[in-house]
Amino acid sequence: MTTSKRPAMIIESSDQIARATLLKRFPVPRNFGVTPQSRIFRGKTWPAPAGAIRIKAFEIYRYDPDSGENPHLDTFEVDLDDCGPMVLDALIWIKNKIDSTLTFRRSCREGICGSCSMNIDGANWLACTRFISDLATPATIYPLANLEIIKDLVPDLTHLFAQYSMIEPWLKTKTPAPDGERLQSPEERKKIDGYYECILCFCCTSGCPSHWWNGERFLGPAVLLHAWRWLIDSRDEATGERLDELEDPFRLYRCHTILNCTRTCPKGLNPGKAIAEIKKMLIERKS
Amino acid sequence: MPDATPKRPRPLSPHIQHYRPQLTSVLSIANRVSGLVLSAFAIGLVVWLTAAAAGPQAYGVVHHAVVSWPGQAILFGCTFAFFLHLCGGIRHLIWDTVHGFDLRSIYVSGWAVVVSSTVLTITAWVASAFLAG
Repeated sequence: MTTSKRPAMIIESSDQIARATLLKRFPVPRNFGVTPQSRIFRGKTWPAPAGAIRIKAFEIYRYDPDSGENPHLDTFEVDLDDCGPMVLDALIWIKNKIDSTLTFRRSCREGICGSCSMNIDGANWLACTRFISDLATPATIYPLANLEIIKDLVPDLTHLFAQYSMIEPWLKTKTPAPDGERLQSPEERKKIDGYYECILCFCCTSGCPSHWWNGERFLGPAVLLHAWRWLIDSRDEATGERLDELEDPFRLYRCHTILNCTRTCPKGLNPGKAIAEIKKMLIERKS
Repeated sequence: MPDATPKRPRPLSPHIQHYRPQLTSVLSIANRVSGLVLSAFAIGLVVWLTAAAAGPQAYGVVHHAVVSWPGQAILFGCTFAFFLHLCGGIRHLIWDTVHGFDLRSIYVSGWAVVVSSTVLTITAWVASAFLAG
């Protein structure tokens, strides 16, 4: 994604940050519908080491399951001259130099594994591909929305992966295996471009308001994007069965084209479009 | 390990309480809210028409409420809700044909909905003021 990162009215690429918006959050009470054990209180402030010149404050959601306390917001002052350029570098710097109990998932540090997905300045993204210079002051780091928190920034993704396995994301065929590969023309192969690249970071699903309200039964954009990936793969021979499984008022049709998913995908993919294509395929097979 | 201490339930990360409002989600909820406003407006329309049919005394009461400044403000809001829902609905119909899903088109069509519903609302009110004399 090489488009300008300047805040703009017309967003052309999902890596563009939001310009100063009218509201930083929806006008609901801060603890609207929040269970007592999820209420966040203000925690410690950890100042930057002495001698630091360029400092940035990070407000980070913390939760320690062993402490018996509620989640809280700790403020860390990061020395930007001692730290790499990405948000993940800041988190690692804090863990190395300030508070080693800060817990988060990470692996590839290059935006391909999907481990470090979290809510940065109110929008879901990967920590390793978000520049610190693009953040507000103070920057706010929360875990992915509407998920049970195991510790600090680590959410429980079990339910999301269970929904993924529900769509049976593998090649289903009736014709016997050929001697070589199952052949596919370049045009047929092009159809899965924009869908096979999903890294299952779940930024989209966690940012979907419909999944917030109906996450138990609505599959969510990531899973539905993968469902589409298998539906238009020319080598797959179970298209009818896949569509039968998806044609459900909750599994598919809780999508109301809110499009937070496409806005927030850190890989620039388009789950909203994939879901619209599934709906279109369902209508077309009726006629 | 027979542990008597019950496990503390895990907290849920904030969603609507914290997630940034973006054009995508704001216009979507605005479409839903404007639909609800229009449903209430439809009931109000029935009240107004029933009063008109019921005779001058009943109609006088309703008319007095409508021409008062709170009534006019509500009417303005309902006009805006009408045009917002109309333009938003057209945007949804275009999406149903699987067109305009790239991020740039989503934002262009989104701002077009906001601008056109504002312009149409103001045009409708200016035109009605002009026609009323």
